[in-house]
Amino acid sequence: MKKIFILIFASVAFIGCKQNDEYKKVDATQIKVDGTINAELTSPPFVPKPVGDRPAKKLIVNLEIIEKEGEMADGVKYVYWTFGGSVPGSFIRTRIGDEVEFHLKNHPDNKLPHNIDLHAVTGPGGGAKSSFVAPGHEVTFSFKVLNQGLFVYHCATAPVGMHIANGMYGLILVEPEGGLPPVDKEYYIMQGDFYTKGANGEKGLQPFDMTKAIKEEPDYVVFNGKTGSLTGDNALTAKVGETIRLFVGNGGPNLVSSFHVIGEIFDNVHVEGGTLINHDVQTTLVPSGGAAIVDFKVEAPGTLIIVDHSIFRTFNKGSLGMINVTGDDNKTVYSGPQSDEVYHPEGGTIQTMPNEASAKAPKAVTLVERIADGKSIYSRTCFACHQPTGEGLPNTFPPLAKSDFLNADVNRAIEFVLKGKTGEVVVNGKKYNSVMTAQTLTDDEVANVLTYVYSTWGNSKKEVTPAMVKAIRSKK
Amino acid sequence: MKKLYFLFVVIVLISCSKDKETNTLENITVPSVSTPNDVSFGVETPMVSIKGGKYVPLYGKKNKAVEVSDLLMDVYPVSNENFLAFVKQNKRWRKSEVKKLFADDNYLNNWKKDTILATDMKPKSPVTNVSWYAANAYCECQGKRLATVDEWEFVAMANQEMADARKIKAYNQYILDWYEKPKTFNNEIGKTFKNYYGVYDLHGLVWEWTSDFNSILLTGESRSDVTTDKNLFCGSGSLNASDLMNYAAFIRYAFRGSVKANYAVKNLGFRCVKDTLNTKKP
Repeated sequence: MKKIFILIFASVAFIGCKQNDEYKKVDATQIKVDGTINAELTSPPFVPKPVGDRPAKKLIVNLEIIEKEGEMADGVKYVYWTFGGSVPGSFIRTRIGDEVEFHLKNHPDNKLPHNIDLHAVTGPGGGAKSSFVAPGHEVTFSFKVLNQGLFVYHCATAPVGMHIANGMYGLILVEPEGGLPPVDKEYYIMQGDFYTKGANGEKGLQPFDMTKAIKEEPDYVVFNGKTGSLTGDNALTAKVGETIRLFVGNGGPNLVSSFHVIGEIFDNVHVEGGTLINHDVQTTLVPSGGAAIVDFKVEAPGTLIIVDHSIFRTFNKGSLGMINVTGDDNKTVYSGPQSDEVYHPEGGTIQTMPNEASAKAPKAVTLVERIADGKSIYSRTCFACHQPTGEGLPNTFPPLAKSDFLNADVNRAIEFVLKGKTGEVVVNGKKYNSVMTAQTLTDDEVANVLTYVYSTWGNSKKEVTPAMVKAIRSKK
Repeated sequence: MKKLYFLFVVIVLISCSKDKETNTLENITVPSVSTPNDVSFGVETPMVSIKGGKYVPLYGKKNKAVEVSDLLMDVYPVSNENFLAFVKQNKRWRKSEVKKLFADDNYLNNWKKDTILATDMKPKSPVTNVSWYAANAYCECQGKRLATVDEWEFVAMANQEMADARKIKAYNQYILDWYEKPKTFNNEIGKTFKNYYGVYDLHGLVWEWTSDFNSILLTGESRSDVTTDKNLFCGSGSLNASDLMNYAAFIRYAFRGSVKANYAVKNLGFRCVKDTLNTKKP
């Protein structure tokens, strides 16, 4: 008897504990609405004002579909199909229990019928069945938001993949009662993969390439619809000590994103945009047609780099963004470089290797040899950012080919290679605001690689000697 | 509570299917909207003779060929100036006169006045913003009719050189590219390619009305169309060598499924066809 009693007691306690830990599902169908408001819609990277403690309301959303030409990268044009004129489409912010009256308008100039599937909708096709709309028409349908979280919406008209690949996706946020915890800054970022007839960087109006899309071989993987949407003048901003929340989505159509911010650790991640919160996360997976909410406090000034850590996409296909954090240094959190000294694995004193002379690589002496050596250094050290043919990456890494900046001042070029460069430069009329690290190359190597760069791509043919490098290095 | 959910789903389902039914009823191609009131307006346009044949459409019973009889087809879509002549003679098709049942508010809405084009409109551009009813009446006035979907698709399979180019990559890419070209309704007729039969502008200019455009119903929820309609055998989920061809055609069918007979759309025009004297009914 006693035993049973204890057992029952124990299990009751156990269940009690467990229930406390468990997520309590709100029955949102029972939430009454109070009044009507028009939804504020925003283009990326901005989001509408938080819902705060407002009651559930009837929320009127007016979203217009516009097919229009835009710029994928410098000189690369693309015809986007958009919700609200931007890629990703307008951000829609709701709270649980809201009754959304959705007006979907298809601009008369558009060629195609469209519809919308909102992952936040409980009902057939997520609204797609009720929202099929011909050009020059407007359809209306309503739904009640029953689940909190961050949800993707997209077009689901045949062929679905093509509509999504042309930019027809966006995010709808459903906040819990009382809203998400307040933060200092909120931004909207959505990744997408694009398939163009020409290769990455090929100029002119690029049509969509269905074959590449089926093979899942994108030419561009970008944040917010184009390369450079979050760099340079478009970079996100924050101040030291602020807490930043990013609403991150992935429109796909094909690729899954390994979302990462270089130089930050996410304090909180709403895993897959849902209610589960994970802490202290380095990289979070954002599935195609999925989302995540991440937040973090910025502790030190500098530039944080937003990437898809499937990293070739970042450096070769465009998925790169920046957050410029301003404020006072916090040396406890991050010291910056403190010292740079020679490292000898064999011990503190310099040791002479036997047969040193014969082991040494043959030294490049003639101009031709030096250029060849420079080319090989370039392809190891420089090409990842400045690209194999020196054209750089639009808005991110300045070009070395036909570069007015490079040709104007050779000593400055040497100095950048030796000591790195942070901050704004203007090259061929375009502003770049990025970071180049100091390169650990010998005087000979610096001289050779610069001679190579000057000798090609329409540059001034200037020859850089080790002595010139040495002079700059010794300058303080 | 669960029951409520269910009810909601049922209601949505019912309202959807109701919609479909009314669509079908509304759009059955019963002659005729045109009445003896509509009179000839003195426009004659060139036609070419199309030799009929069999073809397997994108939608239909699996692998079942559809037979298309011989017919005559307009070489070009109907132009603004042709339609202007029509409304000058037939008052009831002017934009201020037309019954809302036969044309929605977008009908000729870019025209300056009832019988005056806007200054930026070219007489030789295809007429658009016309409803199915108006297009039907226009053709009847000329002793012609709108093409059926099968007739239209049959002639539109052709590229410059061959009658059925649907497996040629360049042909499909041309169509797909057009989907992304904005404002082609401003172009003039006869500037795209002349196809195997001598017909211009089936691809690359504007969409065109067909008499039975809504006989194949796409719900717009393309992912479920495969299972909801027994006729739609060729699923959007199927991936094979003819993908490009399917994609190009899917969009056409999706477009047709999105319109109703009184809609006037800026990218939608029409042309007429006529039975030949020796047309044999299949």
